[in-house]
Amino acid sequence: MIATVWFCLVAIMIAGYVVLDGFDIGAGVVHLLVARTSDERRQILQSIGPVWDGNEVWLLAGGGTLYFAFPALYSAAFSGFYLALMIVLWLLILRGVSIELSNHVEGPLWQPFWHFIFGASSVLLAVLLGAALGNVVRGVPLDANGYFFLPLWTNFVPGTDAGIVDWYTLLAGVASFVALSFHGCCWVASRTEGELQTRARAVGVKAWWAVLVLTALLTVVSFRIQPHLWAEFMAYPWGAVFPLLAVLGLVGGLFFLARHRDGAAFLSSCLYLVGMLTSVTFGVYPYVLPSNVSPAAGLTIYNSAAGEYGLYIGLAWWIPGMLLAAVYSIFVYRRLPAKVT
Amino acid sequence: MDSALAVDRLHFAFTVTFHYLFPQLTMGLALLIVILKAAALRTGNPVYNEAARFWVRIFAINFVIGVVTGIPMEFQFGTNWARFSKDAGGVIGQPLAMEGVFSFFLESSFIGFFVYGEKRFSPKMHWLTAFLVFLGSWMSGFLIIATDAWMQHPTGYKLGPDNQILLDSFWGLILNPWVLWQYLHNMIAAVVTGSFVMAAVGAYYQLAGLYVEHARVFLRTGVIAGTIALLALLFPTGDGQGRMVAEHQPVTLAAMEGLFETTPGAGIAILGQPDPAAMRLDNPLVVPRALSFLTYRRWGAVVRGLNAFPRDLWPDNIPLLYYSYHIMVGLGTILIALMLLCVWFLWRGQLYATRPLLWALLLALPFPYIATTAGWMTAELGRQPWLIYGVMRTADGFSPRVSASNGLFTLLGFMGLYLVLGILFLFLVHREIENGPAAEPVVAGGAK
Repeated sequence: MIATVWFCLVAIMIAGYVVLDGFDIGAGVVHLLVARTSDERRQILQSIGPVWDGNEVWLLAGGGTLYFAFPALYSAAFSGFYLALMIVLWLLILRGVSIELSNHVEGPLWQPFWHFIFGASSVLLAVLLGAALGNVVRGVPLDANGYFFLPLWTNFVPGTDAGIVDWYTLLAGVASFVALSFHGCCWVASRTEGELQTRARAVGVKAWWAVLVLTALLTVVSFRIQPHLWAEFMAYPWGAVFPLLAVLGLVGGLFFLARHRDGAAFLSSCLYLVGMLTSVTFGVYPYVLPSNVSPAAGLTIYNSAAGEYGLYIGLAWWIPGMLLAAVYSIFVYRRLPAKVT
Repeated sequence: MDSALAVDRLHFAFTVTFHYLFPQLTMGLALLIVILKAAALRTGNPVYNEAARFWVRIFAINFVIGVVTGIPMEFQFGTNWARFSKDAGGVIGQPLAMEGVFSFFLESSFIGFFVYGEKRFSPKMHWLTAFLVFLGSWMSGFLIIATDAWMQHPTGYKLGPDNQILLDSFWGLILNPWVLWQYLHNMIAAVVTGSFVMAAVGAYYQLAGLYVEHARVFLRTGVIAGTIALLALLFPTGDGQGRMVAEHQPVTLAAMEGLFETTPGAGIAILGQPDPAAMRLDNPLVVPRALSFLTYRRWGAVVRGLNAFPRDLWPDNIPLLYYSYHIMVGLGTILIALMLLCVWFLWRGQLYATRPLLWALLLALPFPYIATTAGWMTAELGRQPWLIYGVMRTADGFSPRVSASNGLFTLLGFMGLYLVLGILFLFLVHREIENGPAAEPVVAGGAK
């Protein structure tokens, strides 16, 4: 029971991370496309400047929560996806530096260089985060001790000797890339004015169609790759509420963006991301890392959770701690200027 | 370098050593900036505000590098030390997750207002943002030290079936007796680093005849804070930390001191090279009976040497442990002497005109960094061969499926990337120092 509670709390942290850091990663993904001048790129950076670091804390706090609540999962997944995770770390470092240091020097080369690094690292992160989720759905070849190790890629076929990147996880990566592009466009459109805003809306509409196609494709393929998803939704039909949220968010995204209600479009995009993530977490439950060799070898919330005492005591500080964090976040977001200039 | 264990150890040692060069200045400067801004509020003297603004700009660059190099540390517990994380994650994951929830959210929310918000808040409110960033960074320090203290001296746990380590008492974990001394010793060392950096920049300006008014604020603040902190580093915190080691890790104490034979009235070796094969300290320069007194408060007390312990309990790199400890203590002693001299000259009103002392302060800049690094090496090498002292050996903690080759690949990647970060940091800080303390607060900028 308490393990299920922590499963939900970790899912909330991950959803919080994807929705929040998702928009600043998305802004990075689209900024080379949407912003034409150095000044416009600076505006995009300024729109995420006060919040990106706090958004990324969701990853660290979520990772820490995962660590103490499901240590066996943490150690298996982090050592198994070793190479991909190290690349993610390097990208996070480069991206953080590019956001924070691009404004420190005036000159013809400094800012364009860091703007490029910001865009490139954001693109790769968007793809890798999606591919990571794809790996969790597909499953990994866990050994008898509950560990595995995956190369970055092998033959790109999602069989038992697949690498981290196969055609399915790559599809998930591309889906994440377009979804975060749309998310980023909505953010930029809601925070800027003039030509920049117009271009963000136009790119956003194009991205939306890609999101629509890839969401449909990914959904169909996922049910084939991981039969447990279908079984779970059949066994508990009320879970259909999660995909429904995603559909609502998706429809709302285009509806509002086309009517230039950028803030509402952004919130719809948040809803879409939350709907997709909760659908996946609902579908894999009680697994946290399925095996693609034999279902019995998979890690579930039961065989990977920490001791009960630690999980109960964790609630005692986690709940007030996250409430405090919410207060800080509200303080910060309320003080953001409505539009950057 | 061909075994995964060796690569994983070097991997963590490299990333954590590089990382900690930055948070120590963050934590030390945060306190000094809070003090400078409080002085500005109390006296109304604008020089204090300008001084604070200058250090906020250095702080901001330092903070960025600290944040980005800090992210890998949490991940590496899982990537490179999977068996350790699987067994102990339910315990040490608690303070690590608390660091994210309680410190990082606080710091990341207020750092922007602290760095770029001076014009948007009243002076008192802006002081509050400085205080909150200080609080966040010192809380973060506590939770990391609590994690390390648990590995040094595990408390509040019990062993479950199949050797899983289960949390048994939350307060036993957080209020571990090891935490108190280690935390204070570490944080005060961070204040020493901050003080020396501030004093060194002040000395540079004073020697060059630049921004003389600010230079004197930097020198005064750095020298006074540095002296107080250095004395507290020695006593009671260094002493307390040393007695913790003597009580709970006596074999580590023997290795640190190069004491091979159990001796009544043991002396302290100031210099010498330990030779573990021959079981002796070569070329010793010893203060008689001092070790017995410092450890047990009796000149004739018996101190157990390495020969009192089985070899498989000895730290696995005794010479490096011994040298790390001696470098920390040796540099600490030199720094105390330098700061006492400076404070005496400051008291007499002669510091600003005494160029050799200013040169010494300027050139002493690397020493606190080296001393804190050596101190951490003493703590972590001294914990060997244990990963969790007395519970899990380091050789049993690394990831079973990550090969030495893959570990080496990512270690080399980190080395390359951190070289770039180091150069960037020096370049940007150098620019700020050359720009000097400005009269106007920073308001815009691309990000933040």
